[in-house]
Amino acid sequence: MTAPGVALPLADDALILSHRLAEWAGHAPVLEEEVALANLALDLLGQARALYAMVGDEDALAFLRNERSFYNAQLTEQPNGDFAHTIARQLYFSTYQELLYGRLATGTDDVAALAAKAVSETAYHRDHAVTWTLRLGDGTAVSHTRMQRAADALWRYTGELFHPVVPGIDYAALHADWTARVTAVLTEATLTVPPFAPRRAGGLGREGVHTEPFGRLLAEMQHLHRSHPGASW
Amino acid sequence: MPVTDDPATTAALARFERAVAAETRIEPRDEMPDAYRATLVRQIAQHAHSEIIGMQPEANWITRAPSLRRKAILIAKVQDEAGHGLYLYGAAETLGVGRAELLDKLHTGRQKYSSIFNYPTLTWADVGAIGWLVDGAAITNQVPLCRCSYGPYARAMVRICKEESFHQRQGYELLHTLARGTAEQRAMAQDAVDRWWWPSLMMFGPPDGDSPRTERSVAWRIKRHTNDELRQRFVDICVPQAASLGLTLPDPALRFDEARGHWEFGAIDWDEFRAVLRGEGPCNEERLAQRRRAHEEGAWVREAAAAYAAKRGGRGGGEGEEVAA
Amino acid sequence: MSGTTGGAVGAGSASGTSGASGADWPLWEVFVRPRRGLAHTHAGSLHAPDAELALRNARDLFTRRGEGVSLWVVPAAAIAASSPDERDPFFAPAADKPYRHPTFYEVPDGVRHL
Repeated sequence: MTAPGVALPLADDALILSHRLAEWAGHAPVLEEEVALANLALDLLGQARALYAMVGDEDALAFLRNERSFYNAQLTEQPNGDFAHTIARQLYFSTYQELLYGRLATGTDDVAALAAKAVSETAYHRDHAVTWTLRLGDGTAVSHTRMQRAADALWRYTGELFHPVVPGIDYAALHADWTARVTAVLTEATLTVPPFAPRRAGGLGREGVHTEPFGRLLAEMQHLHRSHPGASW
Repeated sequence: MPVTDDPATTAALARFERAVAAETRIEPRDEMPDAYRATLVRQIAQHAHSEIIGMQPEANWITRAPSLRRKAILIAKVQDEAGHGLYLYGAAETLGVGRAELLDKLHTGRQKYSSIFNYPTLTWADVGAIGWLVDGAAITNQVPLCRCSYGPYARAMVRICKEESFHQRQGYELLHTLARGTAEQRAMAQDAVDRWWWPSLMMFGPPDGDSPRTERSVAWRIKRHTNDELRQRFVDICVPQAASLGLTLPDPALRFDEARGHWEFGAIDWDEFRAVLRGEGPCNEERLAQRRRAHEEGAWVREAAAAYAAKRGGRGGGEGEEVAA
Repeated sequence: MSGTTGGAVGAGSASGTSGASGADWPLWEVFVRPRRGLAHTHAGSLHAPDAELALRNARDLFTRRGEGVSLWVVPAAAIAASSPDERDPFFAPAADKPYRHPTFYEVPDGVRHL
């Protein structure tokens, strides 16, 4: 397999998570959250487009690759589930992305420039996720149960985030920072940090191996574009 | 207008009508006739409901948008509609009705939303037709509302009109791209315009003769123009725009009346309008069901946040503190 | 005829006890500072269970297009209003004192920086 480089996996993360977040449109638990979730989706889509531009044509990259040529982490493609699952996914991913972009931003290349701009967006995404993790975890008995279930269910997809993508980044240190931050939030939210190791067998999204829901996501996302080869939109 | 012999009420009513006639803006704590308040609540609520139900037909295409640029535009547009719903619920709340009460009336069918959103979005071109025609009709309706006599409504409309200027343009641009595209894309665009044209004309409401409340709303400066005036203005704007697109409007009776300086158009099928209004449109049940489902499935989230605020106490504001006690 | 007797900005609504299902979160009034050097001005209202979420919601709702550099959120119930009618005697005297306004004074042509 050819190496996907640095920009492509980061772009795929952003595009696929943006797509999932945008699926909430018209379904959010409260109107204010319609606006908030769309903001997250738009920020991520903007990041994806800037990163794709470093690689090639954004639409060819988004709409004309097959499952095995996408390098997003499997966490980003997981279905929205209930609001707790979406928030757990946001907490795990935005904490990772903020830490990663913070480190990338010190560089001098194109990705560093994008990371420097995106890190403040990402900090806001984490803030949104933390705000809701606390309220769901330490809200009602029902919300506590749902939030714990979501935190547990998505935990196994977090190990992959620390599979090295960018040369020169100390992923072990990144993982330690991430674990400390996420542990602090879950603890404050009266939730239990999942006890098992965050690993799963069977291949990584970073290697072009995905979970079953991803094929359906791509089928929906790419259908119209692929139905009209060469058309402009 | 309630008939009354109470001199104080009569004097107050006269004061109110003088103020409105002098283009003075009415603010929430001013005295106002009950019928004025009721008319505003009904109109603003219906407007707010239309914004949030109106998210659905377009959100239907977010996950299938054929380019990343279009995907970003569509997410931003649907997001704006949620925002506009919020501005409008806020304006309605200044009249003493809570959002929960208004949503409940929407969910139980006791308040309406614009019938246009009971039509389905069958192809990508429908996103363009909604932007050009539905938002175009909405803007024609809304621009005069920026000068509505009720301050909070007028202010919300100023904000909304400013933000919506991109909605119509993106729709027109989308259709223009399709109309210049492949034969299939062009056919898609024409089909969408064919399906959305007449429902868009119905958005202005029944003809003036059948619109009993129009006269009073105009007198109270809630409305500035009659339904038929606005509909004519919209047709006059759209005909040359359709020509620029190279698409036809599905009305063989369209012709320019030199004497009047306006475009004549064919008869609107008011039976269809009334049928959709009665709930017999293609998507009435689906739209309300999705809205109810989102609200019901979100209840545990809203309750969790309220419970959290109550536990923390003090910073919840208003009644939040009482729950903590 | 009727006049609301609720909050100053017209928050006359019984915004609901936040704990009950089906009721609204409390209402907050939002003030935005459009840019440095200008005062916060009233932008609208929103619902939130607490100040933190009110601020976040306000950021998302009222500054989507970069309309502000600073936000205040105030529980609508905490605002005290001058009096029920906004055109009442409380404000009447101002209209009687045109000399408070610079346009009251005639300045000879050609005099600048006044």
